[in-house]
Amino acid sequence: MSAQATAAVADPKADESLKVIQDATCTFCGCVCDDIDLTVKDNHIVEAKRACVLGKAWFLNHKTEDRPSCLVDGQPAPLEAGYDRAAQILVNGKYPIIYGLSDSPCEAQRVAVSIADWVNGTIDTTTSVCHGPSGMAFQGVGEVTCSLGEVINRGDMIIFWGSNPAESHPRHFTKYSLMPKGMFLPNGRKDRTCVLVDVRKTKSAKAADIFVQIKPRADFEGLWTLRALAKGVDLDPVIVKRDTGVELSLWQDLMARMKACKFGVIFFGMGLTMTRGKHANSEALLALTRDMNAFTRFVAKPNRGHGNVTGADNVVSWRTGYPFGVNHSRGYPRFNPGEYTTSDTLANGEADSGMTIACDPMANFSEPARRHLASIPYIALDTKETPTTRAAAVAFTVATYGIHTGGTVYRMDDVPIPLRPSCESPNPSDFEVLSQIERRVKKLVGITS
Amino acid sequence: MPIEYTKISGGTLYDPANGIDGQVRDLWIADGKIVEAPTDPTVRPNRTIDASGLVVMPGGIDMHCHIAGPKVNVARKMRPEDKRKGEQIHRTNITHSGTMGSVPSTFATGYKYIGMGYTTAFDAAIPPLGARHAHEEFEDTPCIDKGFYVLMGNNHYVMQSLQRNEPARLKAFIGWLLASTKGFGAKLVNPGGVEVWKSHQAGNVDDLHQKVDHFGITPLQIIQGVAQAVDELQLPHSVHIHCNNLGMPGNWTTTLETMKALEGHRGHITHAQFHSYGGGDADENTFNSKVAPLADYVNSHPNLTIDVGQVLFGETTSMTGDGPLGYYLSKVYGGKWFSGDTEMESGCGITPIKYKNKSLVHALQWAIGLEWYLLVEDPWRVVMSTDHPNGGSFLAYPQIIRLLMDRTYRQDILKECHPLVRERSQLADLNREYTLNEIAIITRAGPARILNLKNKGHLGVGADADVTIYTPHENKETMFELPRTVIKSGRILVDQGEIREVLTGKTMHVTPDYDQEMEQGIQDWFEKYYSIRWRNYPVDLSYVHQSEVVPMARF
Ligand code: SF4
Ligand SMILES: [Zn+2]
Repeated sequence: MSAQATAAVADPKADESLKVIQDATCTFCGCVCDDIDLTVKDNHIVEAKRACVLGKAWFLNHKTEDRPSCLVDGQPAPLEAGYDRAAQILVNGKYPIIYGLSDSPCEAQRVAVSIADWVNGTIDTTTSVCHGPSGMAFQGVGEVTCSLGEVINRGDMIIFWGSNPAESHPRHFTKYSLMPKGMFLPNGRKDRTCVLVDVRKTKSAKAADIFVQIKPRADFEGLWTLRALAKGVDLDPVIVKRDTGVELSLWQDLMARMKACKFGVIFFGMGLTMTRGKHANSEALLALTRDMNAFTRFVAKPNRGHGNVTGADNVVSWRTGYPFGVNHSRGYPRFNPGEYTTSDTLANGEADSGMTIACDPMANFSEPARRHLASIPYIALDTKETPTTRAAAVAFTVATYGIHTGGTVYRMDDVPIPLRPSCESPNPSDFEVLSQIERRVKKLVGITS
Repeated sequence: MPIEYTKISGGTLYDPANGIDGQVRDLWIADGKIVEAPTDPTVRPNRTIDASGLVVMPGGIDMHCHIAGPKVNVARKMRPEDKRKGEQIHRTNITHSGTMGSVPSTFATGYKYIGMGYTTAFDAAIPPLGARHAHEEFEDTPCIDKGFYVLMGNNHYVMQSLQRNEPARLKAFIGWLLASTKGFGAKLVNPGGVEVWKSHQAGNVDDLHQKVDHFGITPLQIIQGVAQAVDELQLPHSVHIHCNNLGMPGNWTTTLETMKALEGHRGHITHAQFHSYGGGDADENTFNSKVAPLADYVNSHPNLTIDVGQVLFGETTSMTGDGPLGYYLSKVYGGKWFSGDTEMESGCGITPIKYKNKSLVHALQWAIGLEWYLLVEDPWRVVMSTDHPNGGSFLAYPQIIRLLMDRTYRQDILKECHPLVRERSQLADLNREYTLNEIAIITRAGPARILNLKNKGHLGVGADADVTIYTPHENKETMFELPRTVIKSGRILVDQGEIREVLTGKTMHVTPDYDQEMEQGIQDWFEKYYSIRWRNYPVDLSYVHQSEVVPMARF
């Protein structure tokens, strides 16, 4: 296993009790800003330079909870006892599921996939409840995309569709998509046109030059209107207005701008992927982007949320061949979203044991899924107490990645970035907990490598 | 502690690097290396492998494949249908499960290479920004030693240094880039063309003299500049070139010009098959083989080496750092298409493809690949590859061996192909058959020499104990697809077709000497244009499991 990146200590002039960590990485949202300068005093972060409000809250309000590292059946227990019990639960299940992963570094994710393999279990990530539909759309049509630095240097037309970065990805505009002065866009914001397409006027609308307010649940129709216009198809203005809530002339104007730009970028969010149509919406958007490359350069990019959900997709893919919702019950990986995805294995009452890693299905899954999860033995790893950890047979309080522990995270454009831990935690890392469980699982199952 | 010896006794050795062509010799192994037989006759080996009647060769080396990193993983994600149809890799009590299809999962990749007797593989196209990702996958690709080439043919700093005519700066940059990524070699993919693709609809360069916008330099300058810098840095491997105009009818002239541009330097032309086409204007009716004049040039220019990039009939996935090529292929095949541009560095294109023997173009591609093997006179300068998975899977190597060693078989397959192939290529007239010794050269000894890996590709004292033992068989495909025993770093990993033990394998990389004074300039440029921080860019050694630094070449 890769050793974890070590904390860099700088600024010798300063107060002896202060430690400065330069270029630390914030894992709070998919922007994965890696330019945060942290000041640490007495094992507490007192300043997080360049972080946004969310990032500041993440770093500064971060407390290590005064909670045992391990609880078995709700009672404090030695870690060893927790590891033993956890391994038993996973090995004794006929249909164990492992879920979460989007707030863990890749190093821990890799161990989780190993465990799923050794116990013939199902592994799934939070992708299945957020951008899973774009993953499936991607499997249908592919994707034309780029790294965020290309947006900085070339993106002269930026479209946000069903995405509200002002609130979900606060530094998106300033760091990547609108404000930066890029190689071919020396005037920064002035050289870019920004369009927001959404069903309501979100906070991001202020940043846009053009706001296109479509009818709720009419994303699919809107995207197909643009695809038709791109191909030069004549459309009936009455029908377009009725189906999309937007005048044809506005769509025509938008298409004219899209064709005229040099490098267009569409960022899309859960407003597109989780409304009616789901993967058909994403597919239409990816197809539109592809179509646009017959006229100019155009790319698309999902604005993904959680810190390392992109890393989870990558790790699960390279180890199993599939990105999420992977079942090993036959001893090899099978992929079937809607069957092996966690909300389904729970709601259908199939899972008989499980492990959640840095996620809270007890708070946000459907009633039947929650009820079933509460009825089976499972292990929960989290940095804090949650409804999910409360109902777990074994609960581990783990150190926080990016603050207490190092490792690797993938930004939403698949760029891997190392973490620089700044503080110490009395709790083990998720990597440590999972490795300990894996060791025991291997012994119980008879894995000798 | 007494030394632990393993002895391979009585095998028929093919060790071309040491001039051994089918002689019966014993091999002694200790500490993962080939060693002298102990002088003390009372010393007994701890383990003896009886290889009498069997063929013993060094482990195979794949010097050009795509097995790890961003684009390979995108291909995995994009093609579940391909894996569902493919072989399923079951978990055992020592190995992980996995999936195959044209782009196997990481563990499956390692198991399949070692199962075929290959002990080393190099991924040929890693964008520097994705280097960390590649190293992470390497750690999950067991049993084989690995390394990668770093994409730099469209790197802005490279192009800017050439524009300003600053060769010293270019040289320092390449040294820094390889050290920062923990890479092995310098790779050019469609030099200049990918940059044009990023800024123009369907953009590309048409020839070596077209100027790359913004930088005002030509592909020719990139090729010569990087070739020179690589030689001056004394990197073990020469510049590794995916020429411009891949796959285009008439592209052979571009390839010939590229070869000529390398005069005075070492140079490796990769997947030469895809670059040896006559004809013009994307017209299928004029498409034909131009291997003969290109092979003539290679034959008379010892500074050049090639690998073939053989095409096999069937379905696969095309994946390339050549963004415009991906766009072109997606239009030809009409399937799903991925394109990913990486800031300042590179591009990427992925699309599913199917090679059919009844298609004239595909059948010609197949024949052209074989012509390359048969027309390059010196086997030390032509290497077996399928450009996995572009021309086909690495698992097709045994089939290619049969095609080369058995001309009757070759002619039989040719008869099944589109009839015009016989007119448009000279394959039907080529009677050459490879010997076992020559096969040992193009699959292990040759690539080791081309990559300057002193410990690999041979069985002399000091070599890594990577050894493959085959049961001779008239059908060479049968012989090579299921080796009897595969030894890696002195340990028996495969016996009788079964994996007995696994290990992680080493990562081979270089630490060139470069002018550190130049680093400040690189940093200033970097901080202006990249979306990540300078300090978070280099991959530190903690990501490189079992690092092996390959020394610089002396030539
Ligand atoms: S934008 Fe996201 S990653 Fe960046 S500082 Fe804010 S919360 Fe953290
Ligand atoms: Zn290649």
